[in-house]
Amino acid sequence: MTITKSPSNQKPDVLEEINFECETGNYHTFCPISCVAWLYQKIEDSFFLVIGTKTCGYFLQNALGVMIFAEPRYAMAELEEGDISAQLSDYEELKRLCLQIKRDRNPSVIFWIGTCTTEIIKMDLEGIAPKLEAEISLPIIVARANGLDYAFTQGEDTVLAALAQRSNYKHKLDNNYNMDSKFPPLILFGSVPDPVVNQLKLELKKQGIEVSGWLPSKRYTELPLIKEGYFVCGVNPYLSRTATTLMRRKKCKLIGAPFPIGPDGTRAWLEKICYVFNIKPEGLEKRENEIWQKLDFYLKLIDGKSVFFMGDNLLEISLARFLIRAGMIVYEIGIPYMDKRYQGAELNLLEKTCKEKNIPVPIIVEKPDNYNQVDRIQDMKPHLVITGMAHANPLEARGINTKWSVEFTFAQIHGFTNAIEVLELVTRPLRRNQKLQEIGCQRYTDFS
Amino acid sequence: MKLAYWMYAGPAHIGTLRIASSFKNVHAIMHAPLGDDYFNVMRSMLERKRDFTPVTASVVDRHVLARGSQEKVINNINRKDKEEQPDLIILTPTCTSSILQEDLQNFVNRASFETKADVLLADVNHYRVNEMQAADRTLEQIVQFYINKAKKNGQLDTRKTDEPSVNIIGSFNLAFHNQHDIAELKRLLSELKIKVNLIIPEGTSVYNLKDLPKAWFNLVPYREIGVLTAEYLKKTFDMPFVDITPMGIVETARCIRKMQYILNQQNISVNFENYIDIQTRFISQSAWFSRSIDCQNLTGKRAVVFGDSTHAVAITKILTKEMGIHVIWAGTYCKYDKSWVEKELLGLCDEIIITDDHNLIGDLIAKVEPAVIFGTQMERHVGKRLNIPCGVISAPVHIQNFPLSYRPFLGYEGANQIADLIYNSFTLGMEDHLLEIFGGHDTKEAIGGSLSTEFDLKWTIEAQTELSKIPGFVRGKIQRNTEKFAQQKNIQLIDLETIYAAKEALNS
Repeated sequence: MTITKSPSNQKPDVLEEINFECETGNYHTFCPISCVAWLYQKIEDSFFLVIGTKTCGYFLQNALGVMIFAEPRYAMAELEEGDISAQLSDYEELKRLCLQIKRDRNPSVIFWIGTCTTEIIKMDLEGIAPKLEAEISLPIIVARANGLDYAFTQGEDTVLAALAQRSNYKHKLDNNYNMDSKFPPLILFGSVPDPVVNQLKLELKKQGIEVSGWLPSKRYTELPLIKEGYFVCGVNPYLSRTATTLMRRKKCKLIGAPFPIGPDGTRAWLEKICYVFNIKPEGLEKRENEIWQKLDFYLKLIDGKSVFFMGDNLLEISLARFLIRAGMIVYEIGIPYMDKRYQGAELNLLEKTCKEKNIPVPIIVEKPDNYNQVDRIQDMKPHLVITGMAHANPLEARGINTKWSVEFTFAQIHGFTNAIEVLELVTRPLRRNQKLQEIGCQRYTDFS
Repeated sequence: MKLAYWMYAGPAHIGTLRIASSFKNVHAIMHAPLGDDYFNVMRSMLERKRDFTPVTASVVDRHVLARGSQEKVINNINRKDKEEQPDLIILTPTCTSSILQEDLQNFVNRASFETKADVLLADVNHYRVNEMQAADRTLEQIVQFYINKAKKNGQLDTRKTDEPSVNIIGSFNLAFHNQHDIAELKRLLSELKIKVNLIIPEGTSVYNLKDLPKAWFNLVPYREIGVLTAEYLKKTFDMPFVDITPMGIVETARCIRKMQYILNQQNISVNFENYIDIQTRFISQSAWFSRSIDCQNLTGKRAVVFGDSTHAVAITKILTKEMGIHVIWAGTYCKYDKSWVEKELLGLCDEIIITDDHNLIGDLIAKVEPAVIFGTQMERHVGKRLNIPCGVISAPVHIQNFPLSYRPFLGYEGANQIADLIYNSFTLGMEDHLLEIFGGHDTKEAIGGSLSTEFDLKWTIEAQTELSKIPGFVRGKIQRNTEKFAQQKNIQLIDLETIYAAKEALNS
């Protein structure tokens, strides 16, 4: 499976074949401010200040559960009535809070997460930040991760897009790029846990490709230098704004590849980067096959089983593609937002996979309607529904296996090594319910 | 602006949603941006509900910001009306709609022309009230609406039931041990031969609300939610209500006496004294338990209490009046209810703390170093950090505070449960005593990391006998402490003197 044509040449064909639909957008997902949960852990010297209301705080406190007790490096700037009616000065209020944060936690950077409320009252965060930054001499980065515009993981996208524009700010040295190197520098973007960073870097190194930097880095102070002409490649499917920013503002060249999720995706991702750098990839077919062999136990469990993605985190296309390759049948891929350009290569691979497995290309439903979806689920009776927690228990009570979709966001799912993690998650409900079958019937509700 | 890491009470719309989704066949539509329907997750996870939470969002997105909701809210109301055929649809404003200031009442009026369901706009303001106040108000609002509706249709029947009967106001989802409490109240009332007329709102149809006036009186077990409804019914139908929380032996008796008084006022001669006496002395174990010798160890132990007003007040009363424990400070995050809490707690603790700042509470706990904390999940974590045991007595809570087994806090069985909770929260008496004598739980420096026989330490017969007298569960620890001490002092033969010297050294 070598990519010989660039995705842009193939795209028109694909779009005719995959059936895209768009529903009402009445679906359940996490608010994008939830990205602070994994980003504050990823960027170790950061502090995230969510400027919003009690509603935002209540969500974070409950969604993040036990994390909230671990002295997290995030907090709410809770807006009160005086802030809404502009009786208080935004600038003075934010200055007071940021000074307190600086004193108590001494971070290298403060991220301001704008919310629905700051949008509606048109609080000029982007305008205030540079002034305050100069005054308290601490970098402030503004990301508008609100529920008016974005869903769940797109929060990370807004933060990374803001971070990308800062990448040359107070940069120490241009040390991450060896000018003698044969290749132009490659920057990868997308927040993944450090072990995954190392694994993916190592895979590229095996092909003779050095990764010059990663957005985001472990520390804000280690942010990579990003210059015109650099190559960039995404590891997560929900980073279209970041990709756009890197292309338009930073004049980087985007490598449009499928995402390194599943052994097939990882191989295609590596091959595409090799292709761009004009390197003949080595040993990837063997590596992929070895991984598939290791997955044998799980593949037997899911072979021929059907799955329905209700859609809430934008990982859906990549996961569906992997599961189809693994032998499952996908009925419907719900997804909050579909960037056909950024995900072009992934869509190509999805279609190609379906052809090779000789199954129909699933329908992709953008901005799904959960009520209609539950109707369809009850008609189709899939073996597995990947969905949010609002629907999981009610569906289980109706005898339908579910997997909580948020776990895919928090688990390590990238690269060859972690393919097993994805199947571990996908098969867990099947394995559990197999064991429970003897208890009694599957339906635990009188209502249909 | 306020820097906040944690809050005790949720935003207003949560309160409205808790009431709406507690009623049978009531649907709530939130006017909210994407992601604000987190309530559904909480209800589905914490309460492990089998049915879809009857809450949907009329999503506020960029388009709504630009041109207003226009027909969107109305269409969503009409759609839900057809899909689910609810009896009532409650349009729920959020912090977002509070600022947008769209005329939601107008949407409600227009939508209700076409719907079979009744449609109401929840009368709550995000910036003025919190979760509990909003729930209290929403319940009153719904009750008022259906009473008025019945009045208008001439269906209101205010004749009292033949037998003495009561409404229980205060059964709702996502509340602390609520369903167990309600079961316990039902049992209590049936033993008192008082019929339960209606329990609202959990599981009740709004069409039954017109029967509320048939009860002889109302019982409001919790301070936070239900008082407004009871006051409304008192004003409108002159229905008396009991708002004494029957939590703990003393308060349960007081609550029963109040019911007796109300019934006597209505010319029903009842005397519950005998019942109270028998329950207290023989059926419930907690009164005897407090008098039993084991509980002597709790005398004068120092505790702090924090929670919602109902639970903080009731637990403080139990600790002080029923178990002889010294409450250093007690308090609540229900700031709006300050005067009531202060009145109730007067004389029961050294200091009363009214705040919703968890940092302040954490600092106060660290400062006074109590032997035990009774609080919310937040205080439990503070306790973990400070190595102080904590019993969870109030929301906000985690999934483990929605137990499957029968765990009421109210009534006589509730008193048993609370006594267990309090007693088990303290380090057990004998263990505590012995640890104090022989130097604590410190196993971090276990000598050689292995068994003591590896060393050339010998014990005299007397010393061995002394060691064998110590109960098994601390013996190992004491042996290790003594041997560690002996090693440090280069003592080869451990005798009685060494044991006591070791104990002394550890205590110093």
